[in-house]
Amino acid sequence: MSRRIVVTGVGAVTPLGVGARTALERWVSGESGLESGAGRCDEFAPTEFMSKKEARRTDRFTQLAIAAAGEALAEAGFDDGPPPNAGRVGCIIATGVGGIRSIEEGYDALRDKGPEAVSPLVVPMLMPNAAAGNVALRHRLTGPSHSVASACAAGADAIGTAARLIQCDEADAVVTGGSESALNTLAEAAFASMGATSESGISRPFDARRDGFVMGEGAGVLVLEAAESAAERGHPVLGEVIGYGASSDAHHITAPEPSGEGAVRAIKFALEEAGLAPEQVDYVNAHGTSTPLNDRVETQALKRALGERAGQIPVSSTKSVIGHTLGAAGAVEAIVTLMALRERVAPPTVNWEEREEGLDLDYVPESRPLQTADPERAVGLSDAFGFGGHNAVLCLEAR
Amino acid sequence: MSTTTVSKDKVFETIANALTELGAERDQITPASSFESLDVDSLDLVEVGQVIQDQFGVEIKGDDTKHVGTVGEVVALVVERAS
Repeated sequence: MSRRIVVTGVGAVTPLGVGARTALERWVSGESGLESGAGRCDEFAPTEFMSKKEARRTDRFTQLAIAAAGEALAEAGFDDGPPPNAGRVGCIIATGVGGIRSIEEGYDALRDKGPEAVSPLVVPMLMPNAAAGNVALRHRLTGPSHSVASACAAGADAIGTAARLIQCDEADAVVTGGSESALNTLAEAAFASMGATSESGISRPFDARRDGFVMGEGAGVLVLEAAESAAERGHPVLGEVIGYGASSDAHHITAPEPSGEGAVRAIKFALEEAGLAPEQVDYVNAHGTSTPLNDRVETQALKRALGERAGQIPVSSTKSVIGHTLGAAGAVEAIVTLMALRERVAPPTVNWEEREEGLDLDYVPESRPLQTADPERAVGLSDAFGFGGHNAVLCLEAR
Repeated sequence: MSTTTVSKDKVFETIANALTELGAERDQITPASSFESLDVDSLDLVEVGQVIQDQFGVEIKGDDTKHVGTVGEVVALVVERAS
């Protein structure tokens, strides 16, 4: 990367609780945020983060993003009014399905009471860019702002897009990440109808008994900043985005290409940009959805992209404890990856017990200290693959 | 359309309740309050219009709300149209 991209703040709301550090701590201790086959952010109360009026006017996916962004901006030192040079601060927040709950509620009003009863808030609540727009508005960030839509790869693609904006000198900092809340009846029925979600309600990525993903809601937001910008204002750095690789399967609208070729290319692009050999990778935060197909193809892809190194390093899935947060997943997982690299810990794939033939990586049944190739730094990959054939991989580093 | 006479008080009460539901402070709402001072914008006014339609059968559209600045003006408009 030409301009170095550092992370100066992170925030998250997940089924494990409110806060990025809370998520990592509880995950490392083996706690799960999943209950009755879903990952709900039960500890999140919107009016603790915004006025009653703002809460009324926003879909839950936007509310989660507002809370996560507040935490990230506070850590980055930008919580007290707009940052200086706000015109050089962008806001790119992804989502998979946007305000799908608001679509459903709007349709309920239309069907039951007629067009006159449809709320004027339906559009500003359902639009996929509502999280980006509301976060920018709230913090008066006036640089480039939009959403990114690439299904379950969206959170990672947003971070990659934000990094590119800084590299191209379109911005000095970007508030970026992903947000999702699709635990409503329409979304649940639609994903179940595809056969994507787990009938057992158990998320067990890479385990022989896995039977689909468990839906989760949440948001993850990071403040990315040009290294020189953070240095100039003397702000501490949490880590660095050193590579982003993206590709498309162009194979099937929902199924991954069986050889994993698209994923392999995305992983290689991320490593190339980081200037790293596979031997320098210490940890992989897998996409690991707990679907039969993803976990098999991802395992093959990691082996092809990293060679022998794939079998020597911990590979774990955050989805084992928060479920699949769709468009938030890539962002939440990048955040906990960075935190884990900082703490030099390999968090676990909770529920992984039974090995399946061919799925022979180290899936980390219990958390343990992370060994690093270089004593000075820890390097990790965070995978995200989405319906539509989108593959996005981030390479992250913590000193 | 309503056939009974709609009282000013009843309309004010309904609008005040709707505005409170939208996030305005109840004790700040008087007939003289401007929508601006209550932080009520065009989207809020559409919602208020929906409540009025529901309660009194009176249609208040976007064009109407462009010409009203206070709670009392909307009350008067509703009472006039309902009679």
